Amino acid sequence: MSVRRFALALAAPVCAFTFSIGVSSLVLMAFGTNPIDAWSEMLSYGTRLETFVETGNRATPLYLAGIAVAIGFRMNLFNIGVEGQYVLAALLAASAGAAVDLPPVLHVALIIAVAMTVGSAFAGVAGYLKVSRGVHEVISTIMLNAVALAAVGFLLRNWLLDESDTTLNMMTPEIPASGQFPHLNSLVETFTREITRGRELWGFLLVAVFVGVLFHVFLNRTRAGFDLRATGLNPFAAEASGADPSTNIVRAMLLSGAVAGLIGLPEVLGDAHKYDLGFARGLGFTGIAVALVGRNHPGGIAIAALLFGWLDSSAPILDVVGDAPREIVSILQGVVVLSAVVAYEVVNRIRRVSEARDAAVVVRLPVETSTGNTE
Amino acid sequence: MTTGSATPAAVELAGITKRFPGVVANDRVDLRVAEGEIHAVVGENGAGKSTLMKILYGMQTADEGRMLVSGNEVQFSSPSEAIDAGIGMVHQHFMLADQLTVLENVVLGAEPTRRGVIDYDSARRHLDELGSSYGLDLHPNDFVESLEVGERQRVEIIKVLYRGAKVLILDEPTSVLVPQEVEKLFGNLRELKARGHTIIFIDHKLEEVLAIADTITVLRQGRTVATMASDQVTAAELAELMVGSELPKPSTEPRVADQHVTLSLHSATVTGDDGRPALEAVDLEIHRGEILGVAGVEGNGQGELIEAILGLRHFTEGELFLDGESITDWPVRHRREAGLGYVPEDRQRRGLLLDAPLWENVVLGHQTQPPYARGQWLDRSSARAAAGTILSDFDVRAPGVDTSARALSGGNQQKLIIGREMAARPRMLVAAHPTRGIDVGAQAAVWDGLREARREGMAVLLVSADLEELIGLADRLVVMLRGRITAELDPTNTSPRLLGSHMTGASVDDQGVVG
Repeated sequence: MSVRRFALALAAPVCAFTFSIGVSSLVLMAFGTNPIDAWSEMLSYGTRLETFVETGNRATPLYLAGIAVAIGFRMNLFNIGVEGQYVLAALLAASAGAAVDLPPVLHVALIIAVAMTVGSAFAGVAGYLKVSRGVHEVISTIMLNAVALAAVGFLLRNWLLDESDTTLNMMTPEIPASGQFPHLNSLVETFTREITRGRELWGFLLVAVFVGVLFHVFLNRTRAGFDLRATGLNPFAAEASGADPSTNIVRAMLLSGAVAGLIGLPEVLGDAHKYDLGFARGLGFTGIAVALVGRNHPGGIAIAALLFGWLDSSAPILDVVGDAPREIVSILQGVVVLSAVVAYEVVNRIRRVSEARDAAVVVRLPVETSTGNTE
Repeated sequence: MTTGSATPAAVELAGITKRFPGVVANDRVDLRVAEGEIHAVVGENGAGKSTLMKILYGMQTADEGRMLVSGNEVQFSSPSEAIDAGIGMVHQHFMLADQLTVLENVVLGAEPTRRGVIDYDSARRHLDELGSSYGLDLHPNDFVESLEVGERQRVEIIKVLYRGAKVLILDEPTSVLVPQEVEKLFGNLRELKARGHTIIFIDHKLEEVLAIADTITVLRQGRTVATMASDQVTAAELAELMVGSELPKPSTEPRVADQHVTLSLHSATVTGDDGRPALEAVDLEIHRGEILGVAGVEGNGQGELIEAILGLRHFTEGELFLDGESITDWPVRHRREAGLGYVPEDRQRRGLLLDAPLWENVVLGHQTQPPYARGQWLDRSSARAAAGTILSDFDVRAPGVDTSARALSGGNQQKLIIGREMAARPRMLVAAHPTRGIDVGAQAAVWDGLREARREGMAVLLVSADLEELIGLADRLVVMLRGRITAELDPTNTSPRLLGSHMTGASVDDQGVVG
């Protein structure tokens, strides 16, 4: 039973990925490129230690984004505003970090707290609007994204700019060393070889893992998590069970926003130590795809984030070697999302049918006993 | 299936059977609708009316049986095939696009085109013709969002006529209308009939059925019980046919109620979804160890009564006491923690997380209390153990606590709900239609559960449409009609027939009990 369940759970992503490879190969062939060559280039480049480090660095923010979106999804809230929440949070957290001077651990803690608070508060606006005014969160978060990005531009240009900077790159002042997050190179190197090319594995990876564990524990082990999940599964039954819909909506948005606030921190704390024009945008939207492929499950999201991160970090080789365009990876990612959603639904149906069959066996079918006493 | 009459029936269904996992929705149902008549199909919720109509309209296919339209055997695999055969359906929940005009809604999906462009002129002419000849007054350019409910319904009817339907199926058309609109609808239907249309009318409001229908077919538990001319039957007889009287009867036990009032409701007024009062100045007292039965035709405020007691709906006036303490302003969770158990009318909608495992469904509603919770934490292992006990104590037939609730039959789902509520030992148990749509075996188990609750000193509020169930189980009976308690009866001294007449407001005087 559980073996079958496990096999079923694995079947969907494997089928989806295989199918996506097939579709992308066809696309490559249509452009007159040999897909086998392209994939093997990516595979050999992608299995080097440095690429793995890069994969970890790319997967960390994607994982956080996936979790942020998944918190909403688990109770049927579609937080599209993760994008705006994390960019605004990153800017304000970077500025706050540069503005103060604190002992090492406290300094980082403050930056994290600012990021989570900003993200949470900004997402909370959408939650409040839904509860008090009935504004659908998809509409409000999309519009709040525009507000956030405009606010980021305004704040950066007018108030938070590093005045001492003479380049054309607009940036916030640099966070002092006490507010920087250590990298994990030495830890990794004890197991492997020396990491070259100046690559550093951002330590924020550990925070992301911790967030994933918390997410799991919250959903499955706490009363509040149960309420949230129940509301997502059946809002009417959850309401009758005492889970207040408004409370849960606001709570889910606040939590989702708090995690969203962390998305920009791996870069801010681990590498850039500031917010500048080169700051990675769009992770909030990719997070939606990651959450979908990961089935809103902390483990699944980890796999999806690593997959997306690996594809992104192996793709650049295609520009250097062979004649396959690196954009093929974007096509691959898109097809993975679509086919994963379809595959999960198919597996879900198979599971339902087999479960109903199991249950029917136990019942010994007394259903038709009522035939005798009618007419 | 020879009918002997010269003209073939407009619609004839013979031996229609439709099974869903665990339920037989239609069991060899026969229905013969003569041309040009208004034929009502009545029955309780879950009697199989809607399934039958969905089969006739091609939304579902029957597992067995034959369908004849004007004497020709047909098989529909989609509504468009039914429409081609001249059958149209007006759904209970309107299927209109609010942001389009009446005209656009009517032609939607059947647009007349000229040189590839929608020919609105001819569509408008056709619409005006239909409107004036049937007395269905509508302005083609009004936006649907600006229309009243009755007008929207007329748009639906015109939509069906526009597609050339000769047979119209109306699924509970009056459920959304106020009395004046009902009158208007009936006028429209008579006009349609006069022009040779055949109408199949689904309802469970008996006065309406008697007022409009020529012929009535009663369904009960998926079977055809009777077909008769409407002038040869009374509301009380219909009620009896609908709920049946040959079901196994729940046996009564001696009263164990004492003087202690567990739950009391003082002049409670509650607003319904339509903004009008659904409950008006209702007073109720339920004693410890007592089952109070609430009888009434569906939609007379019973649902709102339960939602208000549970805290899902606010009182506009009045007060609610549990063991003497006012709980009027308490949130649902607080009430449930204080010992309010709930067996919902629609178990899948209000009572279960279908895609969650059984043990989580057992936790549902009690997630803040032991043994399911310890402080802010969910106690998974003891919750699973408690769920296992409930499965065996209440004979829930399932492979295990990890099976999802969806996999269970309706009867087993209901036993699970009864079990989880009983296991929490509430002071007050609110049960709505606890045996609706479940098999006889599960029915007996549910009755046992309710009697057990009473023996253990719980107060039980039992709302049911099964009159035998009410008479058999309740210590006291009240009748609800249009949001008020209109009668209080002694179940040892009443019959389904008498109860039925109280429910329809037909003979309030002969017993001298008025609310």
